[in-house]
Amino acid sequence: MIDKRVKSIAEAMQGIKDGSIVLFGGFGAVGHPTHLIDGLVEQGAKDLTLVGNNAGSGRVEPLVRLMATGRVRKIICSFPRSSGSVVFDEMHKAGKLELELVPQGTLAERIRAGGAGIPAFYTPTAYGTALAEGKEAREIDGRMYLLERAIRADVALVEAWQADRWGNLTYKLSGRNFNPIMATAAELTIVQAQHIVELGAIGPEEAHTPGVYVKRVVHVPYGDPAPALAATA
Amino acid sequence: MTTTAARATGAAEGFKPWTRPEMAARLAQDIPEGWCVNLGIGIPLLVSNFVKGREVIFQSENGIIGMGGLQKPEELEPWLVNAGKQNVNLVTGASIVHHADSFAMIRGGHIDLCVLGAFEVAANGDFANWTTSLTDGVPAVGGAMDLAAGAKRLWIIMDHTSKGGGHKLLEKCALPLTALKAVSRVYTNYGVFDVGPQGFEIVDIAPGLSIDGLQAQTGAKLERKAA
Repeated sequence: MIDKRVKSIAEAMQGIKDGSIVLFGGFGAVGHPTHLIDGLVEQGAKDLTLVGNNAGSGRVEPLVRLMATGRVRKIICSFPRSSGSVVFDEMHKAGKLELELVPQGTLAERIRAGGAGIPAFYTPTAYGTALAEGKEAREIDGRMYLLERAIRADVALVEAWQADRWGNLTYKLSGRNFNPIMATAAELTIVQAQHIVELGAIGPEEAHTPGVYVKRVVHVPYGDPAPALAATA
Repeated sequence: MTTTAARATGAAEGFKPWTRPEMAARLAQDIPEGWCVNLGIGIPLLVSNFVKGREVIFQSENGIIGMGGLQKPEELEPWLVNAGKQNVNLVTGASIVHHADSFAMIRGGHIDLCVLGAFEVAANGDFANWTTSLTDGVPAVGGAMDLAAGAKRLWIIMDHTSKGGGHKLLEKCALPLTALKAVSRVYTNYGVFDVGPQGFEIVDIAPGLSIDGLQAQTGAKLERKAA
């Protein structure tokens, strides 16, 4: 019987090696696998390359603790800066954390391509800007494009709304974001799910991620992400 | 605007620059029913408040098609956020996609209009809005470069001058570019300008400002729009 459910976060995080490339889902706090990242802090793997949209906030959340304790060599992300990104700012300024800054759409497509067996692709994004530096450019049908490489990771840390024992997943509203593509783009996809349901409860037209992409599922019914503060324009 | 300030800008007394809500309302007037529109964080997000009496589909880069207004405290749904991480509602008919599909929609030319803020816009449509320095501070880029590369139209909404009175509409951008030749229209608190083959063309001017007064605040030649 196929059963990807594991009993604890520690069990979910077993075997992650030093030097791993780790994808983490989330757009800010929404859909962010906070508990798996906390499990990674506990598990001890170091010299990591992290890949995600943001770089954490404050000093308490697991992502910033992972960075502050020197376990992260490099982060590939699109928007590290926030009003509270103190740890990223400090580590980056001190030269202790390398940043590869990637436009958000390019980041998403590099991850999608990594899961889809496409090693590289052309995009018009960032042509003619500072982020084009060092990249091959090519004219196709009269427009300029940059060549971007796929990202294929060792580990993907995903938050899902529902999961079954085959690893079929659904996501909730804007908790979807990077999670479905990250789930496809790693050798070891680990999922924390708010709800574990019977096989068949997620119908064929409802599964956002087919279970073949998923290796481990752990039940983490923590509730809702913290409500976002309304920023002023 | 005070009389002293008005004289300093070469503007007539009685010059009333548009307020931010007025700028947003002016831009909103130009969005027809049926368009799919992406609004950047900051001033652009005000625009949706002024689209009334017709159906416009607001897309958010994090995978929402059919974004509604900001949630009220009693409506709280913490799993719904916009690009600025504010809690928003969905409208009836909305759909949600993942990040690669959202940016495929953006990059693939399916967004009719993107509205962004900017530090600088050049007369050829180049613009700079993602960083003021490549060496100082913490960089961040988000979806701006993808939006600029992919949207059918890019309109900028911004103050006409910087806080120190410096020009923001220029012959050439000095700050790091977000995209080349991407902008087709600029809405400021002093006027509305198309980016045409000869550079900036005046579409509209805020009340009480003369063309000379406007030109004095602008770092590139302004043409009158051909009738």
